[in-house]
Formats: sequence, C-alpha cells, structure tokens
Amino acid sequence: MRLSVDGKTHEVDVEEDMPLLWVLRDEIGIKGVKYGCGIAQCGACTVHLDGVAVRSCQTLAADAVGANVTTINGLGTPAEMHAVQAAWAEHQVAQCGYCQSGQIMQAASMLAQIPNPTDEDIDAEMSGNLCRCGTYPQIRAAIVTAAAKLREA
Amino acid sequence: MGRVKTIARRTFLIGSAAVLGGVAFGAYLYKRPVENPLLPDLAEGDAALTEYVRITSDGVTLITPRADKGQGAYHVQAALIAEELDIDLDQVTVDPGPPSPAYYNTALSEEAPGFMPTDEGFGANSMRTIMGAAMKIMGMQITGGSTTTADSWEKLRVAGAVARETLKAAAAQQTGVDVAEMTTTRGTVVLPDGTAIAYTELAATAATLDPVQDVNLKAASEWRYIGKPMQRLDTVSKSTGMQDYGIDFELEDMLYATVVTNPRKGGDCWWINDEAALTMRGVHSVVAVTGGFGVIADNTWRAFQAAQQVTAGWSRAPYPAEQSDHWAALESAFADGKQDSQYRDDGDVEDALDEGDVVTAEYRAPYLAHAPLEPINATVKVSTDRVDVWTGTQVPRFVQTEVGKITGMDTEDVHVHVLMMGGSFGHRLELDVCRQAAEIAMTVPDTPVKVTYSREEDMTHDYTRQIAMARMRGTVKDGQVETLDLGIAMPSVVSSQMSRIGLSVPGPDAQIVAGAWEQPFGIPNYRVTGYRAPELAPISSWRSVGASSNGFFHDSALDELIHAAGADPMEERIRLTWDENARAVLEAVADMSGWSGPSMGENRGRGVAFCMSFGVPCAEVVEVTNTDRGIKIDKVFVAANVGQIVDPETLSRQMSGGALWGLGHSIAAEITHSDGMSDQQNFDGFEAMRMYQVPSVETRALELGEHVRGMGEPAVPPAAAALANAIFAATGTRLREMPFRNHFDFV
Ligand code: FES
Ligand code: FES
Repeated sequence: MRLSVDGKTHEVDVEEDMPLLWVLRDEIGIKGVKYGCGIAQCGACTVHLDGVAVRSCQTLAADAVGANVTTINGLGTPAEMHAVQAAWAEHQVAQCGYCQSGQIMQAASMLAQIPNPTDEDIDAEMSGNLCRCGTYPQIRAAIVTAAAKLREA
Repeated sequence: MGRVKTIARRTFLIGSAAVLGGVAFGAYLYKRPVENPLLPDLAEGDAALTEYVRITSDGVTLITPRADKGQGAYHVQAALIAEELDIDLDQVTVDPGPPSPAYYNTALSEEAPGFMPTDEGFGANSMRTIMGAAMKIMGMQITGGSTTTADSWEKLRVAGAVARETLKAAAAQQTGVDVAEMTTTRGTVVLPDGTAIAYTELAATAATLDPVQDVNLKAASEWRYIGKPMQRLDTVSKSTGMQDYGIDFELEDMLYATVVTNPRKGGDCWWINDEAALTMRGVHSVVAVTGGFGVIADNTWRAFQAAQQVTAGWSRAPYPAEQSDHWAALESAFADGKQDSQYRDDGDVEDALDEGDVVTAEYRAPYLAHAPLEPINATVKVSTDRVDVWTGTQVPRFVQTEVGKITGMDTEDVHVHVLMMGGSFGHRLELDVCRQAAEIAMTVPDTPVKVTYSREEDMTHDYTRQIAMARMRGTVKDGQVETLDLGIAMPSVVSSQMSRIGLSVPGPDAQIVAGAWEQPFGIPNYRVTGYRAPELAPISSWRSVGASSNGFFHDSALDELIHAAGADPMEERIRLTWDENARAVLEAVADMSGWSGPSMGENRGRGVAFCMSFGVPCAEVVEVTNTDRGIKIDKVFVAANVGQIVDPETLSRQMSGGALWGLGHSIAAEITHSDGMSDQQNFDGFEAMRMYQVPSVETRALELGEHVRGMGEPAVPPAAAALANAIFAATGTRLREMPFRNHFDFV
C-alpha cells in the first residue's frame, strides 16, 4: 500500500491491520514516533492525519492510505522548528523526552483548532498524553508561549 | 577555591600512563590506580586527559559515565568539565564512555549504613570510607541514589583543570611562550599576541608531557556555567523527534524480538506450543529464554502478535499468590525476632508510653511499578569473538558480567553501549532484558536482535517498589510532641535486588528505615525500628527507595502527633529540628506558601511534610480544595537544600518532577497480585498523574553547607505525606494508606 508521510510517498508491503505506529517505526524507519502502551493510554505515538492528532497505535495502516501523515520529524526540524517545537525548546520541557513527540503533536493539533486555549481546554486536550517524568507544568507554559507565537503569525 | 592538591590527596590521585605516541591522564582513586578504560581505544596522537576528557584532531569529547535517564545527568557532568577546561558546550561531543571500574561511584557510599547524613563524626566518615573502598572493589559504575552531582562535583572539575593546564604546557612547548602569559577560552589557548591555538592542535604534544598536577580550581565568581541557567544539550533534539533511545536503535539486517515470561515473576516455563505462531507472517523463530520464550520476527509488531498466539505452561509463583497474603506477611513481621535495625532510640520510649495517653496509627504503602514511558529493551549481537549490547542501563558493568556469563564470553569481549533512556526511575537497574536478549541472540549468531518488551510485559514483570507498613505510637505533652515510636516492616529491597546478581548482603538493610530513622528532629523519646519481612514478590529500587514509603510514614505520624498536641504543623516541625539546614528549608517553604496554619477556609486546607533523604532536607507544602467532585490539588511548594546548585533549570525540574511523581502515585497507583500475577498490565490499570490533575508547582533550592547533593529523588518522599496532611486539614479525614483514591475521588 502507498502511504504519504511527512511529504514523501512510501510503498509498503504490510498487513492491512498493522498499526500505523509500527509501519512508521519498523518499516519506514521514522523513530520520532514512540511506542508507549499500544492501547491509546499514553499518547506517545501521536501523529497527525490530515492535520488532526490521532494515536498511531490505534490507526490501522490501511486507514492511513490517502491521508497526509505528519510525524514529529515532519512537523519541523532542528534548523526550522515549528512554533510548538520552538516553545518546547525555549521552556526546556523535556526531561527524558520520550513522551514529548506525542505531547508536541497533540499540542500542535489542539492549537490549530483552538488558537487561544484556556486552562480547561489544555486539561481536556492534553490529558490523554502521559508524562512519567512530570513535565506537565512546563508543557502548559510552552503551550501558552506557542499559542501566542502562532496567533502573531 | 583551594588548590586541588588538598582535595586530591583526600579522595583521589592524578596519574598518567604512556600510550602509543602519547599519554593518558587519570584521576585515579586511592593509591592503586585503576586501569584506564580509554587506553585500549586510543589511536596514535590522541590524548586522554584524565578519564573524562578525550582530545583528538577531530574534536573534544567529554566522557560522562553516569547514565542519563532524563534527569539531565549528561548535561551536568559535561558542564562541570567544560567549566574548568574552558570550552563551551556547543564545541564538544558527549559520550557516556565504555563500562569500566574506573568510573565507580564513590558518592553512592555516602549513605553509610547507620550514620546520619548530617553526622560528620569520625565513625560516620570512616564508615563512608569503608563503603567507598567496597564500591571500588566491586567496580560499581552505578547511577542511582541521587549521586551524580555529588560524585562528579570534584572529580570532573579537577579533570577539566588538569587537562586545561596540560594543554597550556603543550602550547608553551610548541611556541616557547611562558605559561603564565597564556589564557584559555572556547577550546583554545590564547597567547599574549592574541594568537589562538585550538586544543585539538595541542593534543599530540600534550600527550608527550607529564600531566600538570598543581592546578587551581576556579573561584565561584569566575564560573560561566555552574549556578547559571543553561540550555540543556538535548533540548532541541528532544523537541524535534531527533533524540534516539535504546528502543530506536537500528542496525543493518537486524531482527526484532519480544519475550513473554511466566506472569508469576521468577516462575518457570514448563512447555510452549508455538505451532500457530510459526505460521504467522514475518515470524523467524520461537526460542526458549529463562522462564519463558522469545519470538523473533522481522518487525516488532509481528513479534508481539505472534507472542500472543504461543501457549505456555507456567509454574506457580515463588511467593504468596494473593495480595492479602503479602500484607499478612508484613503484619506478622512486627515481632522482636524479626527486628532488623534500631538505629535510633533516644530518651525512654517505653516509660513515656506507659505514662501518657498513647496515640496510635498504622500506615500502608503498596507495590508500585516504575513504568518508564520507554518500554524495556536491549539489542544484542553475538559474534564468535565478541558480544555487543546496546541498551539504556544504570549498571553497564553488571550487564557486561551477566551477558558474559550467558554467552560464555570473557567480560572484556562484551561491549556495552549505553543508550539514552526514556526514563528509568530505577527500572533500568535490572538485567533481565539483557540476559534474555543474549539468550535470543545466541540462536542467531552474527545477527543483531532488538528485544522490545510490550508494555504489558514491562509492567507485569517490573520488580516493583516494596510494599511496606508502619505502626506508630506516640505521646504529647504541654502542646508539644513528646514521644514518637515508629516501627516499619518491609522486605529487604537490597537483598532482593542483590540476589538477582548472585550476591548476598550481610547485616541490616538501612533502606528498611531510610527516610525515617535519620530525621533531624529532637523529639525527647524517639525510636525507629526496622522489621524485615520475608522476601515476597521480587522488589527493586524505585525512585527514592526506602524513603519513598518511609517519608510518608514518618511525616504522617509526626503530623498526627502535632495535631494531637494542638500545635501548628509548621511551627512544631521548626521547633523540633536541631539541624539548621532543615530549619532553613522549612522556613523557606513556609515563606513561599505564605503559611498561616493548616486551615484555609471552608473545604480548603494545606499540609506540610518534611523528609531528609540522600542527605537532602526537603520540605513541601500542598494546598487542596475538597470540591463536590473530589479533591483538587491546587498548589505545591517545594524547598530543599542541595549545598551547591550546578544548573538551576535542571534542578528545579527534578524538584517539581519528583514532587509530582510522589503525588501522582500516592493518589492512584498500586500493583496488586491475584494468583501470583500482577492485576495491572498497562496504563489503564496503573494510573499516575495526568494534566488535568496537575497543580502549580513552585520550587526553591538552598545552597547551605559544604556538601553537594543530587535532587533526583529527595522531592519524592515528602509529597504523599504533604498531600495526606492537606486532605486532613480540608476534610478532617486522615489517610493512612496509599493509593488515596481508594478513599477520595480526585479531580
Ligand atoms: S502507544 Fe499509542 S497511545 Fe500509547
Ligand atoms: S519527559 Fe519523560 S515521559 Fe515525559
């Protein structure tokens, strides 16, 4: 099947029910997308399907055909960071950093829909993403910074 | 800052050794030098200046042997070297280095058994020395016990200074200019005429010189990095998905595997039926591993899927099958014959209890999983003459030994490459996955195999935090706490952990009472007794180890007595402490929180808790509201004394992260057993804090006294007690068992 990921087309030969997570990681080799739980409990695997955050561990490969898949690696690069990534770096959010790909993808998707989120919006949108290191206060601060940046742009 | 000589004579010697066309320097400890681990790898023209710096014509590498689990350890270690070496962090490569006994951790022995961290007496210091020597013999390159900063503080700065001065001597030899006229900056030696010579150009000459040993460490006023907020080295890579972890490791022709072992930890596997699995797409083979099986496939998901199709016969658990039996074992451990230690026995507890009205209480803390977000994994390749292991581990030397045993390879032929860890919290002190990956890789020689645990395997086979119980009796008199008698029962974490590497540790286990017996309070009648419960489910060090449960027990007990005395929780703790640093920490948290008593109006309340662990006095205030939907944690204030702040940003993250870790688990998390198996398998059953529950967190670090301490763990122990004390203030209900959500909802 043919998948469009981060602006590139990949021809992959996989089972229809292989989760997108594993197609990305083990078949295409995009390692920024993380495995944490496999059951939609942690959000580490979050990617965008046509700009909307989904859990790639719950998205079947076949269901991603025809959509634009964006991963953390496609959202921005160290040289050209997305506003959310730049805010994450500015606030030094990451501790171990393992959850942060998913946190950033979730936050970017939220801000695309809610440009000026309230604390309650942030609670509602971000509570599906676990951070075992407890970086939540920094995540909240970085979202506020990123939101302001994006509204200016 | 004094000459290095005095420091060096006390704790380590500077040595050097000639190598191919050069010399390597080592900050050797004690009189007997430890073999320099970098020497075998040095090519001609390279100079390994101490074990912590490597300079080649290609660049400068700083070796940071303490593992990074997300706490910023690589960053802190690199900053300490760079400070003295006069190089900037954007100019260096950071490498954890090979596993080696030369990197052993002396600070781990600072927690000498039976002596308080505040105790500077002869007995305590000589005991620490003995423990330090033991660390050396065992070659313990361990990251743990919040020791990274303490261990690195002198060694790494001296290493940087020796390297810097030797490079200047090399420049003098090359140019004839007097060393006294030179300066150093950004990785160069600068001559009086402004000519800058890069360290990389001086490496070959430096390699021919004796190391300059008579060096000065910089005064605090000259520091560029230490004490200043820094941009962590890994911040951008971790914000852009570019940071690889062990689980992301990839090699040509690699195979992907997973393991399933007896869900009753440590039990046997009698038989397996792999017929169905072997017909599945991409499955290479199903192989036996100790206690279970491994599935090798061409993709991790295919290995996971196939593993679910294998049926197996499992033995019973080598420990009580039902959770209630574990608690019963703890209850019956409170017996004279099972006393493990009584490091504190002040005044006359028995007399006081005979005379006054006795307050009693019993507390419980459950088993807890470490559950770092990156599931446990390791990649192993077995070749005829060497074995390579790529994994995130806190104990690379043990990995080397164990994998050597399994593969029949000499230890020096086992090469351990330490990779970045997506959290650990103590989980990556364990070796199972490396053993299993070695067993699996032996069946496919010359082929690298990456073994990834499913989250379910990770959680159900976690060697959890200990379960523990405490019983308190106490008295109060004239508005003051008069007697505190605390008994704590738990199995020994140290012996459970050490037994898995074939070691037995004689004597009492100080962890059974850590975070309780050494608290700096002058209670007139004060006794802390440890009781050793029998070994139950296997357990392991969980962020702050014994203090993770005992900080809750001790401070909750104290809070109950203060309440019984009718005293103010903050004032009475301050009155009771004889340690000036502890007092300063309590005063700081009172100031930050605007403390004015536990009551904050209807349905609101605050609680304070204090625990000294790993030598760090830490106090926390938690504010809560009892809403109609449940308890809401509004604010948390954390104050601690670390002696010396290296990076304030990293430090405050450890303080807030540690407090949230303690709070999150106390609210919702536990591991229980039915039929010998963990009832919780994934994050749906093992909850920790999520965004909607997170309070605002304010931190303040103090720099008092001469000790340098790490902050990875000490913010954990007071958190649960501060929350329980706050809930008591808001609701009048005293919580004595974790998780608290068995008694209250949380919003
Ligand atoms: S791995 Fe997909 S939500 Fe956890
Ligand atoms: S930073 Fe470690 S899990 Fe979030």
